[in-house]
Amino acid sequence: MGNYYQQDIETMAPEGLRAIQSERLLKQVRHAYDNVAYYREMMDKKGVSPDDIKSLDDLHKLPFLTKADLREAYPYGLLAKPLSECVRIQSTSGTTGKRVVVFYTAHDVDIWEQCCARAIMAVGGTKEDVVQVCYGYGLFTGGAGLHGGSHKVGSLTLPMSSGNTERQIQFMQDLGSTIICCTPSYAAYIGETLKEMGISPDDIQLKAGIFGAEPWTEEMRRDVEKSLGLKAYDIYGLTEMCGPGVAFECEAQGGMHINEDYFIPEIIDPDTGEVLPEGAKGELVFTTLDKEAFPLLRYRTRDICVLHREKCACGRTLIKMAKPMGRSDDMLIIRGVNVFPSQIETVLLEQGYTPNYRIEVDRAGNNDTLDIYVELTSEQFSDTVRAIEQKEKQLAAAMKTMLGINPKMHLVPPKSIARSEGKAVRVVDKRKLHD
Amino acid sequence: MSVKQISVFIENKKGALAEVTKFIAENKINLNALSIADTRDFGILRIITDNPDNARDILRGEGYTVTATAVLAVAIDHTPGAMASVLAILNDADIVIEYTYAFMSNTPDKAYMIFRVDNNDKATAALTAQGVAVLNQEDIF
Repeated sequence: MGNYYQQDIETMAPEGLRAIQSERLLKQVRHAYDNVAYYREMMDKKGVSPDDIKSLDDLHKLPFLTKADLREAYPYGLLAKPLSECVRIQSTSGTTGKRVVVFYTAHDVDIWEQCCARAIMAVGGTKEDVVQVCYGYGLFTGGAGLHGGSHKVGSLTLPMSSGNTERQIQFMQDLGSTIICCTPSYAAYIGETLKEMGISPDDIQLKAGIFGAEPWTEEMRRDVEKSLGLKAYDIYGLTEMCGPGVAFECEAQGGMHINEDYFIPEIIDPDTGEVLPEGAKGELVFTTLDKEAFPLLRYRTRDICVLHREKCACGRTLIKMAKPMGRSDDMLIIRGVNVFPSQIETVLLEQGYTPNYRIEVDRAGNNDTLDIYVELTSEQFSDTVRAIEQKEKQLAAAMKTMLGINPKMHLVPPKSIARSEGKAVRVVDKRKLHD
Repeated sequence: MSVKQISVFIENKKGALAEVTKFIAENKINLNALSIADTRDFGILRIITDNPDNARDILRGEGYTVTATAVLAVAIDHTPGAMASVLAILNDADIVIEYTYAFMSNTPDKAYMIFRVDNNDKATAALTAQGVAVLNQEDIF
């Protein structure tokens, strides 16, 4: 414990941190208002001026910014510095629509890399380590972020990018990589490949993995820890804010510390926009505090999660966010309870089922019904009706624990769940047909 | 002593059985016995065939959910009361029967029955002690 990149910030008393946040917030709002017409129009429309923002307590007065705004403003509409001051762009994959392009000044790159350096040191990284970065390099922020963070720590950095798994393993063995950074699914794939090649986790030197950029479960954490012989840590970020490093897990492995000196988190009710108290589940909203080229004020991430400020075993005072439990746009309200498909998927994976499922929500009388269809594989199949019904009951009980409501489970043969373009249709909300 | 039964998990919908049996036919798997358990959502198709491992691999390769189960095959006299006396033996031995079905015999005057029970060894011992023939894979083809 006690391995920090910037101990003064990471372990600062809350009052000190608030003072820094307040001071930076005023500057950030002023900077955005003065230099970005889009913000000026939004704030003017809401009747709020930079002078109204006197401290952190005034944050709620600012309007929200959404991904739709970023798309509308593409490519230069939110740029707050002349292009001559910018040194880098990164971009989202554009899987949910138009790409988002983010600009960085040298200062912006620097603070992003600081955030990633904190993440590496939080898992025990030092200049003695060999950090194998197998996130993709390029427009994607994963490679560049951890690469820069590793440089700042002073570790030997292996810029592998993703793919060519046998070469990854060769470098891992020959150069004795101690920390690996990649997506959790790629980590799992490397683990499987090691096994196929007959290499034991004891034959490699990895001690920690920093895994992010996609949702993963505790089950996957355990599997990867076993197959690679390391401790697996989560990292959170989004291209819009900078990339990975907005929040990072420490050795306590119980939630991710948010770099609050650079990002203010809020939790809001996704329907009303109302700010919710600490500990409440809602949509995560971030405000950048020290960004030059691409300041974002109250940006709605659409990630649903919970914030906790508690004494952490690692000594950090930075607030923690739980692993996001879903996207606000995927949320279903069933019998008044918020249900996310990702929660259902988590239960399925933890219980050893495939993630091939279909959720059907309907209404019988005045009651919502929740039916979950899951494909049953040969490994899970035993020959009697009673055994299958027993499995359905067990699964329903596990779902009840996670969701708070009791679904009707249906185990079905493979391929019986309708697919469109090869991807399973996950959610069918039949209630809409009645409305 | 037991024989290997292949079970296939199928949807309870029109055409599902036709589809899987067509696939079985195309792969030249001979069905010596067949039984179906059905519920509202799904069915379990149970088959006895001369090469069960091959049948399992072919069906799994096609993406079906398939398992192999050791079940008892019992030769009983083709006379009234024969089944009742076998069931009485199993009951006296505290054997729980999950399901049973009949299938084609290659011996005149004998009927073959398949039993899925909770304890194959105990059931075999009880039946053979009473002179009832429990068959092996090679006995039934």
